[in-house]
Amino acid sequence: MGRTRIPLPALAVSSVVLVTTALAFVFFVAPNDQSLGFSQRIFYFHVSIAFAAYACFICGAWQALRHLWKRDPRADLASYVCVHQGLIFGTMVLITGSIWAKVAWGRWWIWSEDELVLFLVLYLFYCAYFMLRFSVDPGPQRANLSAVYALFGVVLIPVSFSAIRLARAYFHPQVFTLHGPNFGGWILVTYCMAQAAMLVLAYTLYRLEIGGKRLDVRLRRLREALA
Amino acid sequence: MLTARRLGKRYGEKRVLRGIDLALPRGGFVVVTGPNGAGKTTLLRICAGLAQPTEGTIERQAARAQVGYLGHEPLVYRELTALENLELYGRLYRVPERRERIGMLLERFGLWEARHDRVASYSRGMTQRLALCRVLLHEPELLVLDEPYSALDEAGAELLDAQLAELRGERTCLLATHDPAHVRPLASGALALST
Amino acid sequence: MTYVRDVGALARKDLLLELRARDTLPAMLLFVAAIFVVFHFALPGTPSKLETTGFLWVAILFTALLGLGRAFVPEREQRTMDGLVLAPCDRSAIWLAKSLATLAFLAAAEVVALPLYALFFHGLGGAAVAAVILADLGICAVGTFLGAMAVVTRARDLLLPLLFLPLAMPIVVGAVGATVVDSPGRYLGFLALYDLLFAVVCWASFEYVVAE
Repeated sequence: MGRTRIPLPALAVSSVVLVTTALAFVFFVAPNDQSLGFSQRIFYFHVSIAFAAYACFICGAWQALRHLWKRDPRADLASYVCVHQGLIFGTMVLITGSIWAKVAWGRWWIWSEDELVLFLVLYLFYCAYFMLRFSVDPGPQRANLSAVYALFGVVLIPVSFSAIRLARAYFHPQVFTLHGPNFGGWILVTYCMAQAAMLVLAYTLYRLEIGGKRLDVRLRRLREALA
Repeated sequence: MLTARRLGKRYGEKRVLRGIDLALPRGGFVVVTGPNGAGKTTLLRICAGLAQPTEGTIERQAARAQVGYLGHEPLVYRELTALENLELYGRLYRVPERRERIGMLLERFGLWEARHDRVASYSRGMTQRLALCRVLLHEPELLVLDEPYSALDEAGAELLDAQLAELRGERTCLLATHDPAHVRPLASGALALST
Repeated sequence: MTYVRDVGALARKDLLLELRARDTLPAMLLFVAAIFVVFHFALPGTPSKLETTGFLWVAILFTALLGLGRAFVPEREQRTMDGLVLAPCDRSAIWLAKSLATLAFLAAAEVVALPLYALFFHGLGGAAVAAVILADLGICAVGTFLGAMAVVTRARDLLLPLLFLPLAMPIVVGAVGATVVDSPGRYLGFLALYDLLFAVVCWASFEYVVAE
């Protein structure tokens, strides 16, 4: 470990505290939405989880770039773990998004919700990342292919986003204005709380997973040295 | 020409090469021996620049264009003719007076008559001869040859012997074989790998 | 200049290989004709122009996938990629040459497929042809790149559509948009931007796909 990092137990405790506080804020502090009522509260989680997932994907691409550029041997594993966490959060985004669609529009899936469609495309993209990674033997080639594909991901995010916006024009203009709450007051505080909780949670899970994976590698090397 | 220190290579958790030291001076001729699975091919691939070591360092004083690598595969297209294959590599390596050079090599390795035949119709020995033509085409400074005698008949082996003897001293050569007796008279050094 | 010559030599090799083996292009032609027939039976009633346009793009995408899946098969079967990687040319030339060869096959298939589509379903305008050209560039650039990735995996042919389709979604949006709306400028511009962006990314990162 080159840099000093926040110890894992402290991270775990703070993520538990933050998530609990965020839950409390969402359920007891944030005001009821005027038209959607109580169930609109899932919005806080949906959006904050989505941002956490994006953060994971972008971190994954950053580590991928470090692998290709600096040949940092640890970057490949870090990139993979980032994408893995992104996919876990991505699953949550799709589930919460689906619930939100049911609450707001009465259907489990809604194609006119741009953010949700974008996430579906990205989700498929990163599932393919996993297929790719598990279809190549461990080694420099796998690291390179994974890294290049992870980099394609961050290019795809803005491109897909604008594509989905463009696609609106040739579908029936069935306008649902995404009405998240008007930001301000307790709503903003609650949202920030939820966002902070999700980001810390994502980082904690990342550290947990990468710690386990590195331990695995060291254990195997030790066994090899003994044999 | 080639200096390797504490060279190691692993694929994931599988270690295929460990702690190899190798010094190949300009004009040297080093023979690499070892049983199957000792990592001869991996070592040669690293020396040719096709793979990167995971441990240790390797220094090569030859650019990519000055390396001639012969692997297990002939690295030629089966659906193209011998001439078309060499034309392609000749263009990529920017060989001067390409036609003459290709003609000379095909003649020397006894493939001139078959130059317009698709490689798919060649025997294994003929394909290996063509692969040797491909390796020598751009007159490489550093020759990396992995089991060059495999599939060659007696006449082919003699041709290769003569070719190597001719290049001995002028070019640098790293050669892996399980039958070192054949090239012992040429060798300036040896490296024995073990599993 | 040497770069152009390298690309030329490599692309020439790919066209020559196809000329000898003659398997990719006939397969693409047959496939696209067969899929039109299937579409006719898959669309109940009299499909509108809007609906068949969507199917045209599905047909093009899948026909392209057929060709892209074959693109690196000679390199894989005869392991000649090592030979190309060792050559002193820039590695991106391998990608560019292969993309151009695949583009030639796809364009040849479309020269037959588009009139066939007009015959079977509805006529196509100039904007649609422009969209086809721009979409082909993007499909071949990205698809060839991913094809080079897929051939080194164990799953091979299985993997290419999975890798490719999420990345092809913006192409479909641009292409369908340009074909169906009245003022296609925005969509054509988007396609051109996509081509440019991904061509640069592919060009810059191909080295890492083929070399350690």
